[in-house]
Amino acid sequence: VIEPVAFLTKTFGAQNPSSLETYENHGGYQAIRKVFSMEPAKVIDEVKAANIRGRGGAGFPMGVKWSFMRPHPTLPAYLVVNADEGEPGTHKDRYLMEKAPHLLLEGCMIGCYAIGAHTCFIYVRDELHVAKARLNQAIDEAKAKGFLGNSPFGKSYALNIVVHSGAGAYICGEETSLLNSLEGRRGEPRIKPPFPAQVGAFGCPTTVNNVESIAAAVVAMQMGGAEFSKLSRLHALGDGGCRLYGVNGHVQKPLVIELPCGPTINELIELAGGVSGGRKVKAVIPGGSSCPVLLPSEIFSAPDEKSPLHAWHGKSVFDVPMGVDTMRAAGTMLGTCCLTVIAEGTSMVRVAANIARFYKHESCGQCTPCREGTGWLHRIYGKIEAGEGSLEELNMITEIASNMVGNTICAFAEGAAGPMIAFVRKFRSEFEARIQGEPLAKSLI
Amino acid sequence: MTAFAPSPEIQHAIDSVLQKYPTKMAACIPVLHLCQDAVGWCSPEVIEWVAKRLELPAAHVQGVVTFYTLFFQKPVGKHVIWVCQTLPCALRGAEGVLEHLQSKLKIKVGETSSDNLFTLKTAECLASCDSAPMIQIDKEYFEHLTNERIDEILGQFRAKENPS
Repeated sequence: VIEPVAFLTKTFGAQNPSSLETYENHGGYQAIRKVFSMEPAKVIDEVKAANIRGRGGAGFPMGVKWSFMRPHPTLPAYLVVNADEGEPGTHKDRYLMEKAPHLLLEGCMIGCYAIGAHTCFIYVRDELHVAKARLNQAIDEAKAKGFLGNSPFGKSYALNIVVHSGAGAYICGEETSLLNSLEGRRGEPRIKPPFPAQVGAFGCPTTVNNVESIAAAVVAMQMGGAEFSKLSRLHALGDGGCRLYGVNGHVQKPLVIELPCGPTINELIELAGGVSGGRKVKAVIPGGSSCPVLLPSEIFSAPDEKSPLHAWHGKSVFDVPMGVDTMRAAGTMLGTCCLTVIAEGTSMVRVAANIARFYKHESCGQCTPCREGTGWLHRIYGKIEAGEGSLEELNMITEIASNMVGNTICAFAEGAAGPMIAFVRKFRSEFEARIQGEPLAKSLI
Repeated sequence: MTAFAPSPEIQHAIDSVLQKYPTKMAACIPVLHLCQDAVGWCSPEVIEWVAKRLELPAAHVQGVVTFYTLFFQKPVGKHVIWVCQTLPCALRGAEGVLEHLQSKLKIKVGETSSDNLFTLKTAECLASCDSAPMIQIDKEYFEHLTNERIDEILGQFRAKENPS
């Protein structure tokens, strides 16, 4: 079984994990000193070599994203940290902010310097009040020490970090929606292009990165990009380092754990003490509700012998290392790699209806296919759950969901449609049985 | 209709919020939070005041208030209970938590208890899936819930109201 590591989480076990003193005692604020002695372009090269795939769900290489930033003749640049964690089943960034706020701050400093920004906004969902308080406290501590301000660590490179609070909207985790929200508007996504690197926050060049991605940059700069990448089982696939994995739902001990990239689903379930109630696993949602559901009976297919994925050809998808490319090849997404485990005996009709309700509630309503589509999916799944659905309506699910994909401004519609299609495709007989009057399991537990 | 008149403390807090951003508009959400904390909801008077203070059309502020779940468009009880009902919590008993709260408070989702102490609402994922089932009351998370624990929490809130 894969062994846990402690890079991002190295202070978690300490007495007062969030304090500056603890952080410095664990080697904190050394990476930024090193970074300040380097050219920004070299910092970006190092982060590219670290193969940090975006930890917010999209999996885009962070170093490449940083390299899109070009100095503007008149406008400032901004770094914006996406701490709007809200994808159902995702519960990892909160830990970093609460227990290692200084790690995030150091990452923000590194990110700012690399992309030429002097101000960083950390956009935290409003509900995470403890995280916001710890970050603000950490900022105060860092300011008092001279780590932030006009000449942090004696370097004439002004740095300012601001914690910004959201107000309850899942869509604000989408980066352009987040920028609108930061600017004090409704959190509706923007049409791209222009991309944030050209026109981002307040009309200025901006990079938006996830909390954990930014934190990983600190570790990467400490140990060197290539060394960091090699921590991963999937280093050869350009999916480097370590990251936080979560396990929730029907397991004995739901948890967040730091591992080298690439544990298998079966390993994660085992680390979480196995399926609760001595049951078998029926299905897993790999990394947040936008990721299509996987069954243990699904076989990973990569028949091309030249493909780097071929090593796992013919195995159960539950025995394939979880990475951005492996999960994509398995027909789902890695997402935020927090697993939701669903035990045998659970009604997938109810699971699907629950997720359909989520997307209906959270669609921002800007684009018609998404606003109407999530409404229709919610109503149909709700009807089937209530025992009032028809086969005709079941057949409409895939059509409605397919019409949402590719017809909207942002990726929310894809995130809502993908799992809806997968539930019907993989558990069709359960939906049909319910339509024909089979009673529902009383509880989801 | 009495105009909203924020306390000097809130005025001061708003001044320091404004210094953090390059535009006044960017302070819209933080300022609404400050005002809602003081008044209990985003009343038309609050919206009007915030619009003037930030030099924004009232329609803009109204648009922001109606977009975000955590801005209340109607008065709520003294404490707001948010029950996370999204899948990871549902798989660990969120339905039972909601049922228990409804029966204990003798209200349905969206309603306020007769003593005006609690408003009950459902929430979508609160990023606390490993400690499910969970609820948020005002600004605090309560996790790993059981019916006994819920009773204890409600009791603590009530005791704060009527110290004997």
